Amino acid sequence: MTEQATRQVLQGNEAIVEGALAAGCRFFAGYPITPASEIAELMSLRLPAAGGTFIQMEDEIASMGAVIGASLAGVKSLTATSGPGFSLMQENLGYACVAEVPCVVVNVMRAGPSTGLPTSPAQGDVMQARWGTHGDHPIIVLSVSTVSDCFDITVHAFNLSEKYRVPVIILSDEVVSHTREAVFLPAPEKIEVVERIRPSVPPEWYIPYEDNSRGVPAMAVLGDGYRHHVTGLIHDNKGFPTDRPEEVNAFQRRQFRKITNGFYEIQMTKSFMMEDAEVAVIAYGSVSRSALHAIKAAREKGVKAGLLQLITLFPFPKRNVDPVLRQCRAVLVPEMNMGQISREVKRVNLSSKVVTINRVDGQFITPTEIYNKLLSM
Amino acid sequence: MPEKVERLRHDYLRHDKKFPHVWCPGCGNGIVLGALIRAIDSLKLEKDELVLASGIGCAGRMPVYVDFNTLHTTHGRALTFATGIKLANPSLNVLTVMGDGDATAIGGNHFIHAARRNLDLTAIIINNQIYGMTGGQYSPTTPYGSKAATAAYGHIEHAFSIAELAVTAGASFVARGTVYHVPLLDKLIAQGISKKGFSVIEIISNCHIQYGRRNKMGDPVTMMQGFKDRAVTVEKAATLSAEELHDRITIGVLTDVDKPNYTEELQKIRDIAKDKS
Ligand SMILES: Cc1ncc(C[n+]2csc(CCOP(=O)(O)OP(=O)(O)O)c2C)c(N)n1
Ligand code: SF4
Repeated sequence: MTEQATRQVLQGNEAIVEGALAAGCRFFAGYPITPASEIAELMSLRLPAAGGTFIQMEDEIASMGAVIGASLAGVKSLTATSGPGFSLMQENLGYACVAEVPCVVVNVMRAGPSTGLPTSPAQGDVMQARWGTHGDHPIIVLSVSTVSDCFDITVHAFNLSEKYRVPVIILSDEVVSHTREAVFLPAPEKIEVVERIRPSVPPEWYIPYEDNSRGVPAMAVLGDGYRHHVTGLIHDNKGFPTDRPEEVNAFQRRQFRKITNGFYEIQMTKSFMMEDAEVAVIAYGSVSRSALHAIKAAREKGVKAGLLQLITLFPFPKRNVDPVLRQCRAVLVPEMNMGQISREVKRVNLSSKVVTINRVDGQFITPTEIYNKLLSM
Repeated sequence: MPEKVERLRHDYLRHDKKFPHVWCPGCGNGIVLGALIRAIDSLKLEKDELVLASGIGCAGRMPVYVDFNTLHTTHGRALTFATGIKLANPSLNVLTVMGDGDATAIGGNHFIHAARRNLDLTAIIINNQIYGMTGGQYSPTTPYGSKAATAAYGHIEHAFSIAELAVTAGASFVARGTVYHVPLLDKLIAQGISKKGFSVIEIISNCHIQYGRRNKMGDPVTMMQGFKDRAVTVEKAATLSAEELHDRITIGVLTDVDKPNYTEELQKIRDIAKDKS
């Protein structure tokens, strides 16, 4: 093991694998789909050597089920897919929310709906990532825009998932996942890795879903002596099904409170040239790469432009977006969809001027498009 | 005998808040629960090392009553969760209990692939030939001609034979029992759990409420009498013609073969991978 960071040239999907392994992931279940398959392929190579398990399941429903099962048995687990597979995962994803099972799901977005435009880039699954499974539920959605992000954000994803006992979705897209770039991977001992909190009380005292100040109950692992019941039904704090309104209400509200409590830590954004910005781009995923070029070009023309790159998409990082809306006379939200995040931006401050670029033709949003729009704002 | 029942109840049932159970009086599910507990007791398995996972349906309600590590998963998906659990911790004994719809309609794909993969899991399938929980709609095992909530004019599809399906799909151990033949059932479940590899125990059971009533099959006792009358052992069945076997229930062990064990194979891969890296 070296103390030094190591320089490597990696593809986005490969960096996701490296991040997952660094975060302690030792289980992967998945089903092949472009543009996500490299993650499964590399996992099948790397996990056995790390003493972990790779399994190709019969479909994405099964993959999600196996991921939840492995996590319940104490192993950090990952699956990776694209739109069609992500749709199939939704029911079991809801199970992970309700039973509070940590796990990470990568969705390398491609243009949809349905089989759509395989495998042109798109960002059409943003709202599905937030609301794809039925019912009110907590979930964390992160997005990546560079290969280096793919590593870092995957580590964060596992950490947040363990800490808050919630599934974390990583939204990548075809451009990020297939781009090769040089990255510096930190030395393993430099990487902060978070583990779920396990019960410390004797088993007979253990109350599996007991509330506490964080709203995140200690999590026993199957086979560790804390026998309990896990269910997708709404349950009381012992984990048994209940329909008593006060118990149901307490359960549902704790789910939201645990995310609200952690909001400052969960909301992640990056600012570029924002100090004196008069106009700003708010972007995420591969589009923020174009945006970075565009603001630099705009500055050369004398336009004071900045960029707020969203890493966390949900819970929506409104506390970081709000100051940008107040500071700038106008904000541009370019997206490869019909406006899934621009709507969230507008909701933060209804009096702000929010301009959009929406591309849904399977083509990447270029720096020039963003630049031209910036000059007209 | 009564002391033994008392002890089993005390040792294996959950005492807080779980009873009365949700099943209709006379439902075969209770008999299966009893058989499962006796089988586990006879094998002297540690409760901490036992996982019982179910899907959704009347059968799926079973885990909540027993003091193991229990999981009530999503409809049809119990085997997928069980697969993850077993792979993550091969020292656990992982059992699933499913209804016929759960295991062979919505979960049919997982079922055949679990059998093919041959991971060391035990699948108990309570086949009551109907969707009990949702009100008597037809399932993949509803017999041709039967009435169901969604087959008012008589069912026009043909039924799966679950045990035979499991044999063809590659399970290591496959048996069929009924809720009438209880001592045999205890034994078949114990054999299935002990078997290294994927085991299936199909249990013909009565849903007198949603299936029996609609098809004028009488009360639970009459339905069980029917299982008794229709049952033939695997050995006897081998001597009968297809016509003679029509409408009979073949009970006993249909297959018991040894195949490479999945978790051991996985370990071999890990060793090779470590050497190479
Ligand atoms: C995805 C999904 N579809 C439908 C249902 C509704 N549902 C609950 S149980 C069930 C069928 C139960 O029949 P079976 O599996 O044979 O079990 P039984 O109730 O007879 O024990 C259905 C269709 C569901 N819970 N989830
Ligand atoms: S509906 Fe049928 S299967 Fe369900 S509990 Fe009643 S008798 Fe049993």
